[in-house]
Amino acid sequence: MYPFTYHRATGVADALARIAQDSGAKLLSGGMTLLPSMKHRLASPSQLIDIAQLPELRGITRDGATLTVGAAMRHAEVAGDATVQAAIPSLAAAAGQIGDPQVRARGTIGGSIANNDPAADYPAAVVALKAVIITDRREIAAQDFFLGMFTTALEEGEIVTAVRFAAPKRAHYAKFRHPASGYAMTGVYVAEFEAGGARDVRVAVTGAAPSVFRWEQAEAALGKRFSVESLAGLKVSEDGLNADLHAPASYRANLARVMTLRAVAQLTGEQA
Amino acid sequence: MKVELTVNGQPRSAQVEDNTLLADLLREQFGLTGTHVGCDTSQCGCCTVMVDGQSVKSCTMLAAQAQGTKVVTVEGLSPNATEFEQLHPVQQAFAACHGLQCGFCTPGMIMATVGLLQRHPNPTDEQIREGLEGNLCRCTGYVNIIEAVKVAAKAQEAGR
Repeated sequence: MYPFTYHRATGVADALARIAQDSGAKLLSGGMTLLPSMKHRLASPSQLIDIAQLPELRGITRDGATLTVGAAMRHAEVAGDATVQAAIPSLAAAAGQIGDPQVRARGTIGGSIANNDPAADYPAAVVALKAVIITDRREIAAQDFFLGMFTTALEEGEIVTAVRFAAPKRAHYAKFRHPASGYAMTGVYVAEFEAGGARDVRVAVTGAAPSVFRWEQAEAALGKRFSVESLAGLKVSEDGLNADLHAPASYRANLARVMTLRAVAQLTGEQA
Repeated sequence: MKVELTVNGQPRSAQVEDNTLLADLLREQFGLTGTHVGCDTSQCGCCTVMVDGQSVKSCTMLAAQAQGTKVVTVEGLSPNATEFEQLHPVQQAFAACHGLQCGFCTPGMIMATVGLLQRHPNPTDEQIREGLEGNLCRCTGYVNIIEAVKVAAKAQEAGR
């Protein structure tokens, strides 16, 4: 790799001070995307500021109906954590489907969502589970966080410190993996919430478009009745969806519908 | 910069560049060439080593990130073995089942299997496939590799 300097941050304040002084600096968490990107010369930071070890960014806590995951928690840790498994089992399962075991041993939730790869798994979980992204300076609702391909609402030098999820009544992430890369060709996270007798459903689609999106038509239909039958006749528009050597937009539009059906069927015990 | 870490049970230190990869530190400065670099872009898993008890790809980790960690390479599995029977059960199983052809991916396969058997001491076929997802073999078609994992699991169970 071309030369850069490495600095292991001593705290969030230290990392913020460092990044403020060096416009070419980048934060390093697990490095599972950043380091390969640097090898491919897609990124060329002057400095890497390593925040993966900071105690301020670590830990998992449950408080009633919310679950807060520190930004530097690795995918394998989230997948294997008893608190996550008890509060939001679908989130543990989704974390366990990211990449491969070696990647899950290093990659972090904060790094994944700050990167916002179009085919990443966590953005779907974050949007479907009504998460709030906590940074060094503010809180950002999930639906305001993911702006476009590799683009988020984060300001220059802003550090994600944790993600606070809402525990749903039930949820499932149905992922159609690319057989070689393991990335989501399309993945759909369906979450059903109940508050005061009213049902609220989120359907978050990743891998199909430049960034995660909500299929609001399906949300409304499932909100009235949570059944695969409610999805009959509904279709995802292929306008603006990704088309590449793996699949045309029409294929991804169909996948989004099929994965939604599978997620709902998994939760209701119906046939997809 | 100076990096201090434990490698195969021994405290080691080295002067490295900030951009030195862990794989290159192990191979070029410590002479531990059992760790192979296949793709250098975290696809193939040939460079898999254990860092603090977990299988990771050492081509996608900076030596600087390994500061203070405990690293085990394939050389560290059975450092004093002089007889076949003294090899690590996973090493023995890969040899006994011929879980290789050219052997280039084998150190990574073995280190990934060590991690896999920690998580799943008696893995199902699906757990084996999932556990070796990050490792590519271009020769075998994986049949004997999967068999080797099963044999290693049985041997480890018998040894417990």
